[in-house]
Amino acid sequence: MKDIAIEVKGLQKSFKQLHVLKGVDFEVEKGSIFALLGSNGAGKTTVVKILTTLLKQDIGTATINGFDVVSKPESVRQSISLTGQFAAVDEILTGRENLIMIAKLRHLTNPRQVADDLLNRFGLKDAAERRVSTYSGGMRRRLDIAMSLIGKPQLIFLDEPTTGLDPEARIEVWKVVKELSEGGTTVFLTTQYLDEAEQLADRIAILHEGRIIANGTLEELKNLFPPAKVEYVEKQPTLEEIFLAIIGKKEEK
Amino acid sequence: MDSIKKHFFSDMSVMLGRSMRHIFRSMDTIITVTIMPIAFMLLFVYVFGGAIQTGTDNYVNYLLPGILLIAIASGIAYTAYRLFMDMQSGIFERFHSMPIARSAALWGHVLTSLVSNAISVVVIILVALIMGFRSSAGVLPWLAVAGILALFTLALTWIAAIAGLSAKSVDGAGAFSYPIIFLPFISSAFVPTETMPTVVRAFAENQPVTSIVEAIRALLSGQPVGNDIWVALAWCIGIILVAYIFAMRVYKRKAA
Ligand SMILES: Nc1ncnc2c1ncn2[C@@H]1O[C@H](COP(=O)(O)OP(=O)(O)OP(=O)(O)O)[C@@H](O)[C@H]1O
Ligand SMILES: [Mg+2]
Repeated sequence: MKDIAIEVKGLQKSFKQLHVLKGVDFEVEKGSIFALLGSNGAGKTTVVKILTTLLKQDIGTATINGFDVVSKPESVRQSISLTGQFAAVDEILTGRENLIMIAKLRHLTNPRQVADDLLNRFGLKDAAERRVSTYSGGMRRRLDIAMSLIGKPQLIFLDEPTTGLDPEARIEVWKVVKELSEGGTTVFLTTQYLDEAEQLADRIAILHEGRIIANGTLEELKNLFPPAKVEYVEKQPTLEEIFLAIIGKKEEK
Repeated sequence: MDSIKKHFFSDMSVMLGRSMRHIFRSMDTIITVTIMPIAFMLLFVYVFGGAIQTGTDNYVNYLLPGILLIAIASGIAYTAYRLFMDMQSGIFERFHSMPIARSAALWGHVLTSLVSNAISVVVIILVALIMGFRSSAGVLPWLAVAGILALFTLALTWIAAIAGLSAKSVDGAGAFSYPIIFLPFISSAFVPTETMPTVVRAFAENQPVTSIVEAIRALLSGQPVGNDIWVALAWCIGIILVAYIFAMRVYKRKAA
């Protein structure tokens, strides 16, 4: 039997008239990377909020490590960490102060050491003493993710971790996610980008009109579509490849 | 569960440290909160003061309690503002998804409100001393004054919490404080109520500010406090209980 980190059954949620989730089911295996794919307004954030005990579902059940999110929220919060869609950082504090604050709230014995390690790991050492309000979007996102890693939670939720980042910063975030997974952390991420899910996820679920319309490994999902026709076309580099090539050259100089 | 309760006070002090940093990094809050009451004090003492008949020879002594209440009433507008900004920014979501007591975040703001208002009260008293304020009160009456002011701050802070938690805009979060700032003007804070028309006088004598002002004034001047202190305490504690229940209800609804 495989170990299940997240189990969701028949989840439904409405906001007044709007029936956002109409019966969502899925499972996430421990230690895997699971991507929930969906367009704007599909209900990805709603699923994340229910799983992180910020919102209550109307119908259905969700368990995290065997703990029900409604009846055992404290136990759920012990094992999770959330990086919400919009950076949840304190703008008035410095980067270091933000990290120390979370380390203290996680009751770690040496918050300063934890903060220093993360500042190094996320390339924020030089900006450590600056107020977060002066950070770029990418730096803010890195700090946000770093704050979520404090205390080594078993399960991390990342709600659209790369939306709004440039390709370089995006790849950095991908690297972090892969490292987390290699360390045994279960990662639940949402995204609007197919290629992100392709890059990272062991399993991909597509949320559409309130239901999971497809769920499987990348291979399984590809098989759902008609086989790709083989055509001979000159391959144009993607914008991303061009951008990275130029950036790469700059840094070599 | 137990560990969450065990850490409640340390979590709350982390929250307090956080919002105190916010206050000290935006000095304009402290300045706004102390300058306006000080300006009122200057205006009333040096402009209107000569014409006002209060039956005392030291008008600064007469005026100070009301000025302190105005300062606290304008100070708590910032409590509502900070709470509103936290609700908006998503940092509360982070706190609420962590294994810490949910109310620690809210209590952090309440404590911050007490500390920051205490600072502005002290600053204003120092300015009043320069302007000629003198008190013969000993340690105990001063402690009683501090206690009443703390309860008044707490009462207004919980009202501010309701506003900050349920507001839809920044302006909405602070708007509730204007009528409260205005209350001392229709009380015995600046002039005795005897000269007011009957209806205004009835209101002035039966609203909370008058009993609080009278109680503080009596304590500071070494007069017998009489009933005023009990009426003042009843008002403060009554408001605290009601506002606390409503604020907690809003908080639970907003934070699932
Ligand atoms: N608190 C709320 N009150 C009312 N409607 C809400 C609320 N939260 C979300 N909705 C609505 O529910 C729907 C799903 O929202 P949700 O944020 O879960 O989508 P999403 O998939 O995360 O979208 P995006 O990619 O834009 O982040 C949207 O139509 C949204 O307007
Ligand atoms: Mg979303």
